Amino acid sequence: MDFREVVDSLPRYAEPLLVTIQVTLASAALALVVAFALGLMTSSRHLAVRTPARVFVEFFRGSSVVVQLFWFAFAMPVVLGIQFDYAIVAGIIALGLNYGAYCSEVVRGAIAAVPKGQFEASLAMNFTPFQRMRLVVLPQAWPEMIPSLCAFAIMLLKASALVSLISVTDLTAMAGLVGGRDGGVNQLPHYALILVLYFILAWLIWTGMRALERRAKRGIGIDAKPEKGRLTPAVAQKGMT
Amino acid sequence: MQNPITDAEHRPAAERGPATGPLVRFDRVNKSFGDLTVLDRLSFDVDPGERVTLIGPSGSGKTTILRLLMTLEHVTPTKDPAAEGGVIWVEGKPLSHMEKGNRLVVANERHLRQARKKIGMVFQSFNLFPNMRVLRNVTEAQVHTLGRSKDEAEAKARELLDLVGLSAKVDNYPSQLSGGQQQRVAIARALAMDPDILLLDEVTSALDPELVADVLGVLRDVADTTSITMLIVTHEMGFARDVSNRVMMFDRGVIVEEGAPDEIFSDPREARTQDFLRAVLAE
Amino acid sequence: MNEWNNDTVVEVFPAMWEGFIVVLQVTLVAGLIAVLLGLLVAIAERIGPPWVRRVVSGVFQFIRNTPLLVQVLFVWTATSLYINPEWSAFAVGSAVLGVHYASYTSESYRAGIEAIPVGQWEAATALSLPTHRVWGAIVLPQLLRRSSAAVANWIIAMFKEVPTLFVIGVLEMIAQAQKYQGQHYDGAVEGYTIAGILFLAASYPVAVAARRLENRLAKSHY
Repeated sequence: MDFREVVDSLPRYAEPLLVTIQVTLASAALALVVAFALGLMTSSRHLAVRTPARVFVEFFRGSSVVVQLFWFAFAMPVVLGIQFDYAIVAGIIALGLNYGAYCSEVVRGAIAAVPKGQFEASLAMNFTPFQRMRLVVLPQAWPEMIPSLCAFAIMLLKASALVSLISVTDLTAMAGLVGGRDGGVNQLPHYALILVLYFILAWLIWTGMRALERRAKRGIGIDAKPEKGRLTPAVAQKGMT
Repeated sequence: MQNPITDAEHRPAAERGPATGPLVRFDRVNKSFGDLTVLDRLSFDVDPGERVTLIGPSGSGKTTILRLLMTLEHVTPTKDPAAEGGVIWVEGKPLSHMEKGNRLVVANERHLRQARKKIGMVFQSFNLFPNMRVLRNVTEAQVHTLGRSKDEAEAKARELLDLVGLSAKVDNYPSQLSGGQQQRVAIARALAMDPDILLLDEVTSALDPELVADVLGVLRDVADTTSITMLIVTHEMGFARDVSNRVMMFDRGVIVEEGAPDEIFSDPREARTQDFLRAVLAE
Repeated sequence: MNEWNNDTVVEVFPAMWEGFIVVLQVTLVAGLIAVLLGLLVAIAERIGPPWVRRVVSGVFQFIRNTPLLVQVLFVWTATSLYINPEWSAFAVGSAVLGVHYASYTSESYRAGIEAIPVGQWEAATALSLPTHRVWGAIVLPQLLRRSSAAVANWIIAMFKEVPTLFVIGVLEMIAQAQKYQGQHYDGAVEGYTIAGILFLAASYPVAVAARRLENRLAKSHY
């Protein structure tokens, strides 16, 4: 193994690193929008609103994100006649929709966890359903969602590596390209390098989200006690079930 | 429009309030949860400015009456189509129903929003909004449902928070207050909406004993200084005696006995009332 | 650009079915690893000596927070360059997938252990039970019950990630679709669509069953 070679090729990872961050942020933004839209819809008491949202959620959660990615990149242009100019767009949409479906369960669960008394007090205050959601329910549900959404953000970062399979040059693709020179004899340290890079990115997401959670909790008068420093997305389970 | 209520069926005219008519009228109201009948063709009137206390064993339907008035629950339609009534009236207008042509149909959300404007409620478990500071808990609905300006709402809120003795806590979050303080904020929040009718649902039941007196003190003040109509569900018999004009004893969804507080507390006629009072006072 | 063709669907289906069977086989092997190794990790993190705890939890945090795809590529490269190039993609892929998901199941087991009331541990201490009895007779039965639904959900999630292994040549569905495409110059579109539908058809009923199990356990006595 030649570690000098890896250090020398570090500059080549700068742009792919940005691509990985870009894919993660863009698909996270899309996922968040989708999650709130679907989460609010699946919380509705009207069957006509709930059913299409449920079907959408079950559809995306029920099948494989890898297959969805390939489908959006290669099959959708043929089947639906929709062709993206860049593979990266197909990747972002596939990841955003898939994780949006998972996260909608987090949103729905947090809304359902708001105590019934809050709904009753909102009604006694004569808020409209929209006001009740905006002023009372969501501000309380939001801090509860953050740990689970953080877990999904890290999973999304990890899943972003899949876009290398539809010819987007992210960190994973670059490690394959650079490490693959000379018949790939020095491939291993390149993969090791990006594993560390991914881990650092995950740690950054986790740290940021924890700060956000503390702030959100203070916003409802709760002093969040700092938990044991443990980088764990176990809470993602909430959305998996 | 023809009013389907015929007064004669209820109580003797002498017992009814002033000529303006009752503020609240339950006309043969049914309410059941599944197989369980909570209210069975219940009828009573409350006049403007009256303070009525509802007493009775738990499960007797007292709280359900308040929740029906707040439109948190909806009346159960009678099975017999020929049966009249089954309607709650407030200020001469139907609350649970709305007029369509000259028939009454079950109220929709828009009607309920209009109808519940004049009604305020204080809950057993306070139900303050934990995401808002004390001041905003009291201003929020004034701004968003009454359309008051922010300054106007804030002035009103400060005045009411002063009345309940919490001027110093306006910038705190509910979680930083004691139960008694939270309940006093909840009273201010309800009063800020200028309700004609205030519903008090076991407002001291969730409090530690030493905090009860403060909350009741505030409510006595409100009763003494305003002419607001009150329906009170409570186990605090001393408070009920001081504040109310009338006490209604409930059991299994029907009124067992009613009268002036002195009458009911000192000289109950019905055995069920006697038993209930003995049990409560023995606590 | 190829067009959608119903005849191709029929022609490509047997290959896709073959790929689906491979997916199930991988799920079985990797699932076993995830279920058992995850439990071992959770126990080691609870009762191991301090240095074991630190190493195990560090390693599994790293695994949990880095992409499966890169881990697969890393291990595949390592085995074929430095260990034994004869090892099959199926074996290596299943092992990596299983270890990756053990990093998740261990968290579910950990939560299950933490959810066991303190009183249970105290009662065990009061009875002077030896460690293996505490775990064997008291902790494990409660733990397995509590965490079974959560672990089942991770296995379902894992099942849907099996296609990642096509990068090292495991002949699952995406690889089958690409192979067919290579031989016939079409069929990939139909192949990917069939793959999606097969996943949906297989995982939805299992997910519903897992949810039922969870509800039943939530209502059960312990």
